Amino acid sequence: MTDSKKDPVIVVMQLSGGNDYMNTVVPHSNSQYRDYRPNVNIPEDEVLHLNNDIGFHPSMAPLAEMYREGNVAIIHGVGYENSPRSHFRSMDIWHTCEPETLGTEGWLGRAVRQIDPDKKNVVTAVSMGPSLFRALVAPGVPVATVENLDNYGLLTDISPEEKRDRVLDRYKRIYSPMIGSGPVMDFLGQTGLDALKGADILNIAPEQYSSTVEYGDNSISKKLRSIAQIHLADLGTRVFYCDLGSFDTHADQLATHDKLWTAASGAIRDFFDDLEEHNAADNVTMFLFSEFGRRVYDNGAGTDHGAGGVCLAIGNQVKGGEYGQYPSMKESDLDQGDLVPDLDFRGVYTTLVEDWMKLDPVPIVGGQFEKPTFI
Amino acid sequence: MVLTKADTKIDMMAHLMRRAGFGASREELESRSLLGYEETVEELLAPSLQDPVDRYQFLRYYPMWWKPGTMGGLGQAEWVWTMISTKAPLQEKMCLFYHNIFATGVAKVDHYDEIQDMIDMFRDKGLGKYKEILMEVAKSPAMIYWLDNNENHADSVNENWGRELLELFTMGVGNYTETDVRECSRAFTGWTLEHKLPRFHMGRWDWEFKFIPEDHDYTDKEFLGHTGNFDGEEIIDIILSKPATAQFIARHLYSFFVADEPQVPAWSVTPPNDPKAVNFLAEALMASDYHMGTVLQKLFTSDFFKEQRFSRVKNPTEVVISTLRLVGGTDRPSPETLDWTGQIAYMGQDLLNPPSVEGWHNGIEWINSGTLMKRTNFVSELISDTERPGVRNIIDRIKLAGSIPKDVIDACLDIMGPMDVSDQTRRELIDHSEKQGDFDWNSDGEERLIEVLQLLVATREYQFA
Repeated sequence: MTDSKKDPVIVVMQLSGGNDYMNTVVPHSNSQYRDYRPNVNIPEDEVLHLNNDIGFHPSMAPLAEMYREGNVAIIHGVGYENSPRSHFRSMDIWHTCEPETLGTEGWLGRAVRQIDPDKKNVVTAVSMGPSLFRALVAPGVPVATVENLDNYGLLTDISPEEKRDRVLDRYKRIYSPMIGSGPVMDFLGQTGLDALKGADILNIAPEQYSSTVEYGDNSISKKLRSIAQIHLADLGTRVFYCDLGSFDTHADQLATHDKLWTAASGAIRDFFDDLEEHNAADNVTMFLFSEFGRRVYDNGAGTDHGAGGVCLAIGNQVKGGEYGQYPSMKESDLDQGDLVPDLDFRGVYTTLVEDWMKLDPVPIVGGQFEKPTFI
Repeated sequence: MVLTKADTKIDMMAHLMRRAGFGASREELESRSLLGYEETVEELLAPSLQDPVDRYQFLRYYPMWWKPGTMGGLGQAEWVWTMISTKAPLQEKMCLFYHNIFATGVAKVDHYDEIQDMIDMFRDKGLGKYKEILMEVAKSPAMIYWLDNNENHADSVNENWGRELLELFTMGVGNYTETDVRECSRAFTGWTLEHKLPRFHMGRWDWEFKFIPEDHDYTDKEFLGHTGNFDGEEIIDIILSKPATAQFIARHLYSFFVADEPQVPAWSVTPPNDPKAVNFLAEALMASDYHMGTVLQKLFTSDFFKEQRFSRVKNPTEVVISTLRLVGGTDRPSPETLDWTGQIAYMGQDLLNPPSVEGWHNGIEWINSGTLMKRTNFVSELISDTERPGVRNIIDRIKLAGSIPKDVIDACLDIMGPMDVSDQTRRELIDHSEKQGDFDWNSDGEERLIEVLQLLVATREYQFA
């Protein structure tokens, strides 16, 4: 059993839909920014300046504060070659680390397999549902998918307890491995057993929890609060996954982007405050990514699918600051109107896997990549 | 999985009704068997023969639910109510089929009525020609707003709709170039909607399709090897003339009605599990000018369909609707309709709000420890409600099998499906019952039977349709 008070824990927040890099980390001193973005730009006096070159979106004040405290790493120009600009394909690539062929295993699924090869703990990875993210999927790797932590359990309507125990005992036998039944039935069998075990374990998390932090009333706040509850219950969970969206701002970008980042920034601040209150923040690193950045030129009201994007790593053990270079915005340096990423996302994963999680990155990210040193 | 007995007429009818509808009670299966398999297919393909669901019934009971567009979630409940109550289940199944292809979500559209209008259109035209569906979708205000075609102008092209039309609605990745995406998008410039007006005290104003000629790009387009001043309809005609399109739609039909396929993004690199069946359906599409009813008739009567019993994982809508139709007691709208709608979402399928334009991932991807738990808990709770007429009926029929555990379990498997289960599952169920001796129908027999039914719906096998 691992110890969640000491072992490194990663919380991944997926910004689904393609987060606009240029309006998240605004290159305010670059005059081209406003030339490319006559309609969808952040006015200079609203940018939250981090230094002479860049600043955060105005809704990211809590993150700007954390940046100044030295706990936020901005990783510039992340992506991969020949970005397909399709949400689904691109998300698949980020999830599986397979830009050339179609991958079926997720990078975090492989990481969980390395952390817990004997599947001793079914809650090593917890995904805040309803659906299971492909990043966490790997054959035989249990992942608890939780939508509502307060009501989590199997056949909870059967009473009295004695009868429910009898039924659940039989359930366990019915779900035990069947010989020659094929991968789908095997998967279902394992999932049923994991559900049974995971529920018993996770049920104690909300019961044990108390905190003075009041999270906001939005979905990402609820997810991060549940993650905090599980982390604080010390159940050995090492990988948490949640998502926020949709960042697919082809239109009405200014209002949508503002709403999303307001929710995300507040929730992240509350989450870390909560962990600090319980003296449990030091072994947690949060990682934010999106499947691609958006096109350099605005389209009047929004921005279309682009290529290079930005990642953020947040936590007490993160070496705050900027990593890599903001990609050149010179017309001649753009690829089909997009920023060209010069840092492979698998390199960023390598830092997280090797320097933070202390795992062997090569089999997880599928090779060796240049890694930024933000841990 | 082991087939426990030879296929019978009831097995085949149950298979057809699970796929072309939301399952059926034993009574219905028996009366349909008397009617005949092919005759049942014909009936399912002719929804106009049935009385439509009275929508105003829903509103008469819940007048405050009027104009669901103003209130989150209620737009879904109306559709759920229709699926529970319909006498033309294939019609609703087709709505679900198209909703998963032309996946449009309230998370962005923020107007349930408009997405509901799309569903109504699928109900109305779903068994007709695919071209008509595509044209309606291209002019659907919900779709226009969802994929930003209202931002697609003659002087600044927005590729969102043009790309998804090719990638997800017709051809699939690998059958067109980036130039085709651009040219396709140009052909739909000026196809927009009347502006969204502010909230009104009793609901929102309806949206309308609008073509703005001065915002349309009338210059030549080079698209899939053709050159001309194409408009959107001509682009759709060109798309439909390509065999790749027929293959793509055929694979969707196969995946939804016959057997689970890999997810759509994998199709460009993974061949179909049954290429012959997909080719057969593609040829039927081309020969019938993409007439969906004609192709479905061929599909449901084909051998490849009949051979694929229990080879699809039920989607959450199927789990919830088929359970409700089985247990009954749903002859009047009730606030529970809203709960049931929520249950479908908790199992991973938030109707009218798919996670993205790709729709939901089907098959085994519906299953994870969280959703399996939701499925099991939902069905288990309903099957234990002996007040429901369908449950009463199931119990009364099973009692006829006598009191010996083995006979009772076999009757359960027969009446609840007929279901195919592994020998191991059957043995466990029998063993569970034998531990407590024969069923005494004058004492705790019924309570024990409920326990067995709850276990049965919690099995792996129950997840398949």
